[in-house]
Amino acid sequence: MTEMVHGSIPMRDVEPVLPKWWRTIDKWTMSCILILFGVGILLGLAASPPLAEKNGFEPFHYVQRQAFFGGLALVAMLATSMMNPVLVRRLAVLGFVGAFLALLALPFLGTDFGKGAVRWYSLGFASIQPSEFLKPGFVVVAAWMLAAGQEINGPPGRSWSLILTVTIVTLLAMQPDFGQACLILFGWGVMYFVAGAPMLLLVGMAGGVVLAGSFAYNNSEHFARRIDGFLSPDVDPTTQLGYATNAIREGGFFGVGVGEGEVKWSLPDAHTDFIIAVAAEEYGLVLVLIIIALYASIVVRSFLRLMKERDPFIRLAGTGLAAMFGVQAMINMGVAVRLLPAKGMTLPFVSYGGSSLIAGGIAVGMLLAFTRTRPQGEIGDILRGRPR
Amino acid sequence: MIRTPLRPLARILDARSRGENPDAIERENIRLRHEEMRDRSRLRAEGRLLMLGVFFFCAFSVVGLRMGALSASEPSEPRASAAGASIVAQRADIVDRQGRILATNLETYSLYAQPPQMINPERAATELARVFPELKAEDLLEDFTGKRKFLWIRKKLSPEQKQAVHDIGDPGLMFGPREMRLYPNGRLAAHVLGGASFGREGVHAAEVIGVAGVERQFDDRLRDPAQDGKPLELSLDLSVQAAAEQVLYGGMKLMNAKGAAAVLMDVHTGEIISLVSLPDFDPNDRPRPATEGDASDSPLFNRAVQGVYELGSTFKIFAVAQAMELGLVNPDTLINTKGPLQWGRHRIRDFHNYGSELSITKVIVKSSNIGTARVAQMIGVARQKEFLRSLGLFEPTHVEMSEARAGKPLLPPNWSELSTMTISYGHGLSATPMHLAAGYAAIANGGTKVEPTLLKQSGPQYGPRVMSENTAAAARTMLRKVVTEGTASFGEVAGYAVGGKTGTADKPKENGGGYYKDKVIATFASMFPAHDPKYVLIVTLDEPVETSGAQPRRTAGWTAVPVAAEMIRRVAPLLGMHPEIEPAQLADITLTSN
Repeated sequence: MTEMVHGSIPMRDVEPVLPKWWRTIDKWTMSCILILFGVGILLGLAASPPLAEKNGFEPFHYVQRQAFFGGLALVAMLATSMMNPVLVRRLAVLGFVGAFLALLALPFLGTDFGKGAVRWYSLGFASIQPSEFLKPGFVVVAAWMLAAGQEINGPPGRSWSLILTVTIVTLLAMQPDFGQACLILFGWGVMYFVAGAPMLLLVGMAGGVVLAGSFAYNNSEHFARRIDGFLSPDVDPTTQLGYATNAIREGGFFGVGVGEGEVKWSLPDAHTDFIIAVAAEEYGLVLVLIIIALYASIVVRSFLRLMKERDPFIRLAGTGLAAMFGVQAMINMGVAVRLLPAKGMTLPFVSYGGSSLIAGGIAVGMLLAFTRTRPQGEIGDILRGRPR
Repeated sequence: MIRTPLRPLARILDARSRGENPDAIERENIRLRHEEMRDRSRLRAEGRLLMLGVFFFCAFSVVGLRMGALSASEPSEPRASAAGASIVAQRADIVDRQGRILATNLETYSLYAQPPQMINPERAATELARVFPELKAEDLLEDFTGKRKFLWIRKKLSPEQKQAVHDIGDPGLMFGPREMRLYPNGRLAAHVLGGASFGREGVHAAEVIGVAGVERQFDDRLRDPAQDGKPLELSLDLSVQAAAEQVLYGGMKLMNAKGAAAVLMDVHTGEIISLVSLPDFDPNDRPRPATEGDASDSPLFNRAVQGVYELGSTFKIFAVAQAMELGLVNPDTLINTKGPLQWGRHRIRDFHNYGSELSITKVIVKSSNIGTARVAQMIGVARQKEFLRSLGLFEPTHVEMSEARAGKPLLPPNWSELSTMTISYGHGLSATPMHLAAGYAAIANGGTKVEPTLLKQSGPQYGPRVMSENTAAAARTMLRKVVTEGTASFGEVAGYAVGGKTGTADKPKENGGGYYKDKVIATFASMFPAHDPKYVLIVTLDEPVETSGAQPRRTAGWTAVPVAAEMIRRVAPLLGMHPEIEPAQLADITLTSN
């Protein structure tokens, strides 16, 4: 007996982590994300030299930083995607609490970098925007609450999550950061919708959003100016939006050529909010459509995988993460093509930005973790004579 | 707390009766319900997730399509002045009574800088200083290299300057289209027009707002888009105004006066045909308001409507006219003029001793203070106040200039009988030349009050009657006699039958203690032709002194009257009046043929 066991590889009753990860991960989504990251580096090569020149660094300073933070983000993504949903939930809740406290402390410790809204912590070598980290944590916490609320004899999760949402939205609106506030609100709305919200309530909520929007329009000059700029029929060509629109037109279907773009020199936010304009100018519609397709396939594919998911928490959290990811990309690109009013929002994984990259990596890692193939009790269903 | 019923009740009761723990049954029940619920919610979530997926797919497609549409469209050249093309003439023109332009707009450009976009700030600064000598290169360079992202350099550019700046070629120097106010006649009617300056300024346009005169008074009217750029028609006549200014300027210089004012007014319509105040200024380049010294010496000060002066003997006709109106006197009533007239501590003297008695006509013709004071005593305080109030001498004139509101007459704080006496010959009550013109117009037009106006009128005013036709006619006869045989003998202009009254008032000292001996305000208030007056002309000289004789002469008869006469000589033909030359006496006609 002894010699039979001695020296041999110990038998484990669980599957090894890496093979299991490779077997169950959504490889399509992951590929899309990796491609997006590559596109981000590629566009960073095009869009960030003007900024580097302005700030007195060598031309590809920001590309190097992007690659460095991107590497960190990929590590974070992979590490997160290997965790099981329960571990993800635990860490996310901890992270959420941390980010929430950081958000609360912003007015006292944060800086506004001269942009009029206190959203960042300056760490010297990099800056951190707590709301970026708050988003994935919030989705998980809210999904947990909503899922728990569905249990028989469970806590009143829906009301809790609503209170939480309203609190965070208020905090963000006070910065003011209406973009993130809307994202949070939207993420919660999607989760509530999938959790089985009554249709009537959803319609009412849509009305509420309209009301809140008009309130913000009347009370915040910052907000009103952007809406006015959007509603006015002719775009002033000297605004960022005008330059962006022009750059897209300039690029045409195949672009003006690598490094030939002009718009990056005139747009202060070429490397963040308007990176899609740089992409459109230099690489043309082709690359833009590829980028859109990548985002769309990540989101839609995640939804399709989550449709099979039995666990309400995993389903809701995954839905919230995917929806937020997709909406952020959509808003960013929608602004550049003037489908939506101007709103500073980064293109996830493509725009430059240290903390947003890492936070995006964590969020996507969570999404990957939630969309991993899991036994969904199919045999039980078959045995009980119920399909699927 | 709502108590959850035990379910399924039948099995639990059964188990209880058998002494078993019912909790297991209930948990089993909950598990089954959970599973069922989970399946239901999964089905529902499946549908909703599908909806979400479709929604996202559609939204991304829309963004993609829009991108495609944009890519397929033609790029437009970014132009900094895209919105500037739409600037139209926003401020209405101002024209005179014959439609000649007094104020109009000119399209020009302002110059501003955006230092972040500058290629070579040093060169831009030095070149700019070369184009605009009043700018300093060091200051500009400091602005261009400092933290400022935007600064105005010049508010208006001439085309040459614009080209010169354009030739500097720095992309950080930009032009904003502007509409500037232009007064093509320069100093002409400067005080009436006032001036305009920029209000709120943007890169693409700036508001032009009136800062003084009619530009300020009618600012809303001039900027009202509903008026559709319809010009504002003033009552001024440009050629009359020009002649009046020229004559008054010459007169002011000849008489060594430091300032002068003239008001020419139509006695029936109240239209002001000409309004001059000297020294004047160029409204195109309006000087800054004086911050030190006497504001009334600034060229911006409008002596005709803002300056309140004791207008001296010109007031005498009011006292006499009122006394005639009240039936107290007639033109031939004799008045005791033995001087000096002692009243309390105050003595009233005449310029010369006119003997012991004068008729009312002679009191006016000789300008006797004592005689007028006695007439005023007959009238009394209350009736005099009432009459002067009816002539509009108690409140600022309603002429349509923002400055007119400042021309509030100074009344004695305590209107005693002595005040009545001094006011009757023009001391103790200060009013503007415009007030005087309105008062004389009431006499000239037959006894109805006239409000002076700067707007072109279509017909005569029918104001309230302040005296009867007969009184007005008698007063006019006296005023005519002042010219033909009295103090205003230099005022005779052949063919225009000028009538009027001189007034020489010592200037009160600024610190309030008495009067200067050698500083006067000389005024000639006239109307022509005296038998049927069409116009009233007031000429006022500030501190005139006529030095051609052995003694310096300061009385209005030697200073203001000749200036006014020259003005009438020049202006009357321009007003379309024919000189009425009386036919020479028959005896002088030589029949050359029959």
